[in-house]
Amino acid sequence: MDLFEYQGKQFFARYGIPTSPGGVAETVEESVRQAVAAEFPAVIKAQVQVGGRGKAGGIKIAGNEEEARAHAQAILGMDIKGHLVKRVWVEHASDIAKEYYASYTLDRSAKLYLLMLSAKGGVDIEEVAATDPGAIVRRHIDPVGGVDREMLEEAVESAGIDPEARQGVADVLEALYRAFVEGDADLVEINPLILNTAGKVHALDAKVTLDDNAAFRHPEWAEWAKTVEYDGRERLAKERGLNYIGLSGSVGIIANGAGLAMSTLDVVNQVGGSAANFLDLGGGASADTMAAALEVINTDENVEAVLVNIFGGIVRCDEVAQGILEALNRVELRAPMVIRLDGTNSDLAREILAPHVSPRLVVEGTMLAAARRAVEIVNENKGA
Amino acid sequence: MSIFVDETTRVVVQGLTGGQGRFHGLRNRDYGTKVVAGVTPGKGGTDVDGIPVFDTVEEAVAVTGATASFVSVPPRFAGDAVLEAAKAGVSFVVCITEFIPAKDEAYFFNLLRDEYPGTRLLGPNCPGIISPGKCNIGITSGDIALPGGPVGIVSRSGTLTYQAIHELSQQGVGQTTCVGIGGDPVPGTSFIDCLAAFEADPETKAVLMIGEIGGADEEKAAAFIAEHFSKPVVAYIAGQTAPPGKKMGHAGAIISGSQGTAKAKMDALAEAGVIVAPNPTAAGEAMVEIVHKLS
Repeated sequence: MDLFEYQGKQFFARYGIPTSPGGVAETVEESVRQAVAAEFPAVIKAQVQVGGRGKAGGIKIAGNEEEARAHAQAILGMDIKGHLVKRVWVEHASDIAKEYYASYTLDRSAKLYLLMLSAKGGVDIEEVAATDPGAIVRRHIDPVGGVDREMLEEAVESAGIDPEARQGVADVLEALYRAFVEGDADLVEINPLILNTAGKVHALDAKVTLDDNAAFRHPEWAEWAKTVEYDGRERLAKERGLNYIGLSGSVGIIANGAGLAMSTLDVVNQVGGSAANFLDLGGGASADTMAAALEVINTDENVEAVLVNIFGGIVRCDEVAQGILEALNRVELRAPMVIRLDGTNSDLAREILAPHVSPRLVVEGTMLAAARRAVEIVNENKGA
Repeated sequence: MSIFVDETTRVVVQGLTGGQGRFHGLRNRDYGTKVVAGVTPGKGGTDVDGIPVFDTVEEAVAVTGATASFVSVPPRFAGDAVLEAAKAGVSFVVCITEFIPAKDEAYFFNLLRDEYPGTRLLGPNCPGIISPGKCNIGITSGDIALPGGPVGIVSRSGTLTYQAIHELSQQGVGQTTCVGIGGDPVPGTSFIDCLAAFEADPETKAVLMIGEIGGADEEKAAAFIAEHFSKPVVAYIAGQTAPPGKKMGHAGAIISGSQGTAKAKMDALAEAGVIVAPNPTAAGEAMVEIVHKLS
């Protein structure tokens, strides 16, 4: 789960990472109240999960109530790269002396945690990584031993953090590590981490990705989960326990297992088609799961053919075939379906499906043949 | 021969009394695997279809001589279960549990690496391992595998592993061992671990490798193959047209750079002399051809 900035700051606050005083608002009047409470000058920041909101006009400084009202009016409801601004975060504007960058994440390749720290913050850090990689200090951390003060102080010095900020930055790094580990985050990133003109170090932004697998030990996340934005179909799929990602093509894909589903996308593409979605049924493929998958795909008007690709291991193909027929009784499918069932009891499955075969229900023996047939159906539609 | 597990492997199932553990544990035994014990705290002294259940792995090992463990417990208990097996001296731990928090995974991976070097972990979130005709630990359907080699399979994806096994078996090409390393961020056993073991196994004459987008394990495997691997390898990378995965902020993009894409992996493998197939069927066909040339 990706947190909005204001949620990230709430998350940081739990672990003692200093941020500017402020509050979240969904209306213009609430924004003005928050600005008054934070004291002017106040900064009004669009809450969207996409980079470049400053350039898009989503961050404005207000010197008084009038300006706060005008800015909030302009920003709330704004569209930033396809993201609708529903909320703003309002905080006291900081007098920035220096801007730094700090993050912790898991380095999958090293199988260790990774601290990245730079004295060049406040700008696109990927740009810094590309043009001046030496400006980013990287330190691997063994999850068993964790961080110690000495190592953090060394990193702070190596990164060229200004002497007057070193103590404060090391404090933040210590607290940020706790937030990363105890908070079960996949990523914690502060850009910029600032030194203000009063000599204090604090987080001006917050980018946090939480590990959904750890939700069971964080009941406090429930409030943030409510603001996660899905499109209608993704929400429907999630409610049915399906692993679904919407795409823009015309072949609806249903497969069991993420690898097989990805592979089905590849093969459809290789035979000249394009997938409308990625949908992984998971291990089982019961009539209920299949019906749920068909319902989800049925709501996608771009779908002109449905490709069902199942490999039966422990789940037997004859059970899956029965499940498909039962699901088709419950859901009236708009597009023709091409089925490929392979693995345990696939012969039996073909026998079960045989009496139902029609131009709208096609059975193929291999993944490649099934993908070709699905793409043919799409092309025939286009020709007609 | 085979790698990691064979007919002498004695398996304790952690979570044997649970629904999944019982289902797969008994299936593994039916296949011929020596499933000698189960462990569920508080249920010691009972049995599951004749398999004795103990309170701790230590007791199970002491009484039954178990050498491998099959961990099938809910995500919140999985880390402790893996460490308990390592502490009890079990040398091979297969963890099929899905949805384990990444912090737990990173922690127990490094603790095993530092303090229990004698224990190899396979998984988590993996289908398991099968040495056809000898030992099957996990959720792979034994029926589709064909004993006798000469192909070793290593894969990050469950269903694609079955697909690969099936395609080879149907052409009469057997397998020495099929290892599903799982697709989680911190897998206990990597492609390289499996390749090194296959290199050392005289009966494995060729290896079929199935990778996925994300991470850098396939790129590392490519470098290993170029340097240390003498047998033919066929590879398929799933996700060539997959939507970009969850973006881990800027930090993730910086670590991986261009690594992690299907193209980067395929290019690296091809450069290492691996036959890279565009889809699983083509990979199976390429492997069958290699095996026919070998004999």
